[in-house]
Amino acid sequence: MRTYFQLNFSLLYWIFLAPFRGQMFKLGPVFRQMVAIGVRATPMVALTAFSVGVTLAMQAAHSLQQLGAETYVPDLVMVTLLREMGPVLIAVIVIGRSGSAVAAELGTMKVSEEIEALEVMAINPISYLIVPRFLAMMVMLPALTILGDYIGVLGGWSVCRFALSFDTAGYILRALESADTWDLYSGVIKSVVFAWIVITIACNAGLHVEGGAEGVGQATTGSVVQALLAMLIANAILTAVFFFGA
Amino acid sequence: MNSPSQPVVQVDDLVRKFGNRAVIDHLSLTIESGETIVIMGGSGCGKSTLLRHIVGVMKPTSGSVKIFGQEITSLNDREIVKVRRRFGMLFQSGALLASLTVGENVALPLIQHTELNPEEIDEVVKQKLQNVGLAGFENLKPAEISGGMKKRVGLARALALDPELLFSDEPTSGLDPIMTAVVDKLTMELTRESGMTAIVVTHDMTSAFRIASRMIMLNHGKIIAQGTPAEIRASPIPEVQQFINGEPDGPIPLNLSQDAHEHHPHVKPRPLVNARGRLHRKIP
Repeated sequence: MRTYFQLNFSLLYWIFLAPFRGQMFKLGPVFRQMVAIGVRATPMVALTAFSVGVTLAMQAAHSLQQLGAETYVPDLVMVTLLREMGPVLIAVIVIGRSGSAVAAELGTMKVSEEIEALEVMAINPISYLIVPRFLAMMVMLPALTILGDYIGVLGGWSVCRFALSFDTAGYILRALESADTWDLYSGVIKSVVFAWIVITIACNAGLHVEGGAEGVGQATTGSVVQALLAMLIANAILTAVFFFGA
Repeated sequence: MNSPSQPVVQVDDLVRKFGNRAVIDHLSLTIESGETIVIMGGSGCGKSTLLRHIVGVMKPTSGSVKIFGQEITSLNDREIVKVRRRFGMLFQSGALLASLTVGENVALPLIQHTELNPEEIDEVVKQKLQNVGLAGFENLKPAEISGGMKKRVGLARALALDPELLFSDEPTSGLDPIMTAVVDKLTMELTRESGMTAIVVTHDMTSAFRIASRMIMLNHGKIIAQGTPAEIRASPIPEVQQFINGEPDGPIPLNLSQDAHEHHPHVKPRPLVNARGRLHRKIP
């Protein structure tokens, strides 16, 4: 726990204070990490989001048909996706795919003395290794969430258009009418918080691996489990704050 | 930069304990500029731990470590960075960054710590790789080269900034005799001609006697002998004779675990396999 807070503080230092003291982090590695963490996760995210959109629409149609309220299917898909399913499911994908990869990569570097070598070469591992991953995640998870929201809505549309009696324009109008901009923003804010949780937990786990290959495996599993739990708890708290308070 | 009277490295009464076991036990050591110190000793005698304390990666339980006249145990991060730019270190495993190519690994300290432009960096990288006999290997990844080659790349990287002080943790293990001679010659050229100080940990006695200006033998975290190669060769201490001649029987115990159990009375020895003949899951 102590190391986790230390990591957070030194991250903030290296991102916000160090550049003013002439120790700017390099931008190249940030973009490289954005590709590794974000861009390569797009197919997976798109597939998940589409399937969630389709399932949501089917379940909504099934229940709403009994009430004769089929017209509300787009509302339900839209609001559920933007507020909850989008941020949470995409964070789950990114934890499983990118968070674990970061933990394993850093853990392997720790075990093979690479991080110690960086220190001895007077290269700060936080600035050189962690900052690019952190910034990449902070940009890419919200971006993936927005992409996932779009694709999920597309999934909802495909059900409404081909299995129910909606036309495309009707679906779009209905969906736009039901959703606030705040629905989208709340989801994006959530994904920013999730990004922070996921990447700091993964980096912390990786940097403190001990005991060879077995340790790397344990740290990776540990980081996935912890990140999932922390993310779900944070989601409940944020939902309460955004939609359940006063 | 150093006045001749100031030692490059000064270790005073250094103690480092893991649990109750003192890996380094009240060790004092002074290294003058231009020396080539070879540190010898059996596995687990504290050689690598000593190096890690001198470069400031590990903090001692007590005692002082001065490098270039500065107390490294009490420097803050920014000051440590300044000190570390002045020395290079070769790790036992090479410790190359697996995600970078060989060339990028050697270039890393240059990119981070100098204002050289890319062409100049390329030039220096080529030169350093040439020195260790690996010209033309710039674009391979560490995973694509052998262990001995990794070590030579590690040496090239350690020398990239033309350091005043070089730490080498077993620079020649895993190298063939010819490459060993090349690496030794390189170390000697740098120390004898450019005035670099070298601190070398090695098991390779041929190499040790070839390069050393002074040799130090550690046992149980203490210095048991030190002197010029000739003095060490003529040493009357039986541990030293056993070590430099590589004899299986002698005062250095084969088995360290007896010792370890005395210090960890709560650890009960248990059989490796259980009653059904299977391995216990966790083997420490």
